[in-house]
Parts: sequence; structure tokens; C-alpha cells
Amino acid sequence: MEFAIRFGSVSKSFGAIRAVDALEFEAPTGAVTVLLGPNGAGKTTTVRLATGALVADRGDIEVLGLHPKVDGDEVRRRVGIVPPKPAFYDQLTGWENLRFAARIFGASESSALDAAERFEIDHALLQEVGGYSTGMRTRLALARSVIHDPEVLLLDEPTAGLDPESSRKVLELIRELAGRGRTIVLCTHLLHEAEGIADQIVLMSDGHARVSGSPEELTGRYLADPVVLFDAEDRATLDSIADRRGVVSVSWNGAVHATLSDHGTLPDLIADLVTDGVRLTRVEPITPSLEELYFAMQRSDPEESS
Amino acid sequence: MKWEHVSAIAGADLRRLFKSKDYWIPLLIMASLFFVFIPLILLTVIGQVEGTPFVDQITSVVGNLPERVNEVARGETPLARASYIAAVFLLAPIAIIVPVTISAAVGSNAIVGERERGTGEFLAHSPVTMKELYVGKLIASLVPGFLALIVGFSAYSLVVNLTVGPELGGWFFPTIGWVVLILWVIPPFIAVALTVILRISARVRSAASAQQASSLVTLPVIMLSYAVSVSVVVSPGRSSFLIGAVSWIVAILLSIRGAKKLRRERLLGVASET
Repeated sequence: MEFAIRFGSVSKSFGAIRAVDALEFEAPTGAVTVLLGPNGAGKTTTVRLATGALVADRGDIEVLGLHPKVDGDEVRRRVGIVPPKPAFYDQLTGWENLRFAARIFGASESSALDAAERFEIDHALLQEVGGYSTGMRTRLALARSVIHDPEVLLLDEPTAGLDPESSRKVLELIRELAGRGRTIVLCTHLLHEAEGIADQIVLMSDGHARVSGSPEELTGRYLADPVVLFDAEDRATLDSIADRRGVVSVSWNGAVHATLSDHGTLPDLIADLVTDGVRLTRVEPITPSLEELYFAMQRSDPEESS
Repeated sequence: MKWEHVSAIAGADLRRLFKSKDYWIPLLIMASLFFVFIPLILLTVIGQVEGTPFVDQITSVVGNLPERVNEVARGETPLARASYIAAVFLLAPIAIIVPVTISAAVGSNAIVGERERGTGEFLAHSPVTMKELYVGKLIASLVPGFLALIVGFSAYSLVVNLTVGPELGGWFFPTIGWVVLILWVIPPFIAVALTVILRISARVRSAASAQQASSLVTLPVIMLSYAVSVSVVVSPGRSSFLIGAVSWIVAILLSIRGAKKLRRERLLGVASET
């Protein structure tokens, strides 16, 4: 697998504060990598190091095969970014801001207009940005970030301060960009934001990557036992399920959530229940949510998480 | 260095400045006061008070001025000479006070303003080099000062010729000394002040601090240029060209040094954020 971004034991301090500490991760080309972690985990510093806006104290960074410290201008030409609080020249119109960005990135005015249309902000381009809502500013920032058709997009808390409707739209747009083969690194502390969008998750805390991998890999590693939902016409008939072979534990949440020792036990379990007269109405494997995964990862290494 | 980047940065700053009436209207009022209203009142009063103790005092002052000043001063009567000296020599420092103040006001906010607004984040992640950014900011800060200098000087010339001209038999301003001062000597003085102000702007934490520190820089520049400007308008000879040339060299050297010193992380508020 090729990697668009690779951090090798990277550290960066600001005075006594170690913002990034021996950080190691790789963002695969054409995939969505989510840097997940609480505020202060070092996500923003990581993004700034990736473009060469900051220079690492130690370690090696590669972006698109280039080293930001040496080839910073070339890296920045090929990378787009949406900062956590997108800022613009408020006295200028949306169009003037986009045209400014186009000149800086050597893009044409038509590509600036295309980007505005793609992010549905073209109708407000003649207004001064000072009058934009947070959602409009985010969409303008997204348009600005793709104006030069970057190979890598770094999105740092792109939905911060947005209402749910606007957040959903932004995430849809990220999915669309990912669908076009762009490498995307999304920084967030919101688990639901990463849900369903991440090809690769890097869990960060205290400036370093605690774990990384695809959601499936991490689920296999931290939530290895499959969970299956059972429901029946008469729920009382499911009381005995905890005592059956292959069932590790059971919890009731309306229906029964049974944790199995492995997937192979499921056919026999269903057959046994049917034989014993349980009239099943629902049997559904449960995919763990990112939130469950996150807390499972946290539990697996309590020293680090503290 | 890509001039497209420099021009984009300078253009965006100038466009913002033009749109910020809160910013340029006070500067316009100050320029009008110094270049038009104060000279107009002063020169009109001098021309209207013949035979009063005030004129006697001015005549006495004129008599005590350096010989060179009296040599070049024109006018048949003491009043005409007093008007000439006031117009040509006494008001010369206004030509530096106004543009330096205007450029300093713009320049002090140039880099720290990007950081405060958050727009520095975009520039830090962009392919703009720090040299391009520095030159763009320098141009954006110089242009308002130069513009004030040229427009203000033209207005001042008009005021002088309309008020003092009749006493001297017609339009006589600008003199060679003033032309040298405006086109050759003052611009590098503004540039020198700005190179220091931009460095301050890159280092301080807030625009308010930058403005305070900038005023400390502009004061000595104004004092130095006051002495230089009087010398230039009195004796616009080879030494004036030398002063201008040295000032340009100093300005260029300081600009090169300033551009090299500017760091990308200065555009970010990195000290307090992770």
C-alpha cells in the first residue's frame, strides 16, 4: 500500500509543552485517515507539521514523497487545508477571497468558481465574508482548499461550530472528495464524525498515536468477540441464552445483545433456540460503533489514556 | 520570487485598507490637516498681518536663520521673505511626518494582523515564501504612505502657490530641494522605518503592542528626517543625492535582512495552541 503521508517518530515542542511526541502514523493514498483524539492531543500541530508550516524538532515526515522541511513550497502547492476556524479577509467578498487564494495557488478563476459551485457557496460570492454564517465560512474554506485540485486534503475539525444539518453536508462533501480518489486526513474529536467515513483511524493522545489501523482491524483487535442481537415473539424465552454454548455474555437493551466466543457458534446457537421452541423474530450481527471501539481502545491501555 | 504572489498579497491588503473607512478616514483627516489646513492658515495669517508685532518677530527670526537660508530665501520685503521661508523651510518636516505615520499604522498591523485574524494560518499553509510575503507586506505598507506623500505634496504646492505666490510674483513651488526631498530622500526613510516596523509586527503578540512599539520607531525616524529634510531643501546639492542613496541602500539591506528573519510559524499562534 502506498502512503501519501508518513510520520516517523516525529516530535515537536513549544517551550515546555510537548505538542507532538514520537508520533508515528501513515495515511494511505486515496483513503480517509481520521486523526481521532481529545482537544490538545496534538492533531492541529500534526497538520501544521505535515505542510511544513511548523518544523519538527525530531523525526522524519514525508508527504507525497517529499520532505516538508526541505520541499515545503512544493508540498504546500499539492496539499489543501481547512483549518479549525477558517479565517478570511472579512472586508473582502467571498469572490475576492477565493480569487486571492487562486492567485496564491496558481489556479484559474474558473476553477475558483467551480469550487464555489461544488460547495454551494457561489450564490454568496459577492457578499463580504464578514457577513457570512459559520456554515458559509466553512463551505468557503472547503472551496478554497480544493481550488488547486490538491492531491491531499487536511481537514482540521471542519465541522466545528456547525449546526447538524451543515455538519452532515460537510461530511457528505468529504465522502464525495474521497470518492474522487483524494487522500484525506480528517482531524476530529467527534466520534460520530469519523463513523462511516474512516478508512484508517489513528487514535491520538498526548501528542502521540496510541493505535492505528482500519476500523475493521481495530474492531478485530479491541472488540474481537462478535455481538449479535436476538429478539423473539416471547422475549422471556430468551432468558436461557446466557447459559448456552458459545455465549460469552448477555445484555438486555430491549432485545438481547449476546457476545459470542466466535462467529462459528452462531448457526448452532440459532438451531438450538429454534429446537427449544424459541420463535425468533430478529437475529442481527451488531457492528460496533466507533464510540464503543474508542472506549475499548481506551480501556485496553488505561495508563496511556490517563 | 513569484511576483504574482507578491502582487496578490499587496493587492489584498490594499483592497482591505481601501474598504476600511474606519482606518483610512482618520489618516485622511490627519493628512489634510498637515498638508492643507495648517499651512493654509499659517501662510494666510503671515500674509495678512503686515506691520504687527507678529511680523516683526518673524522678521527677527528670519534675520537669525543661518546665512545659507537667507541667501536662498526669495522676496523683496521682509514679509515676502518670511512667507517664503515658512513655506519652503519651516513646513518641510510635514512631508515626512504624515507618510511615515500612515505607513507605520498600516505596517504595524501587517503581520500580527494576519495572526490575530487567523488568516495567517492560510498563508502559512500556502506556497507563498516568506520573502514574497515580506515584500508584499512592505509594498502594501509603503503605497499608502507614498500616495499620501504625492497627493499631500501636490495639495501643499497648490496652497503655497496660492497664498505666497502673489507675494513673490507668481508660482514658485516646488523648489528643487523639495522635489529631491519628496522623490529621492523621503521614500527610503519611510522604507527604513517600515523594515523595523514589520519586524516588530512579526514578533509581538498583538496589533496594539505593535502599534505602540512602532511609535517608538517612527519618532527617531521623524527627528532624523526633520534634520535631513531642512538640509535638503536648503542645499539640494550632491550631498542630498548622497543622503538619498545611502538611505536607499540601508532600506534595501534592512529589507533583505527582514525577509530572511521572517518565519512561517510567526503567522500561527503556535505558542499557546497544540
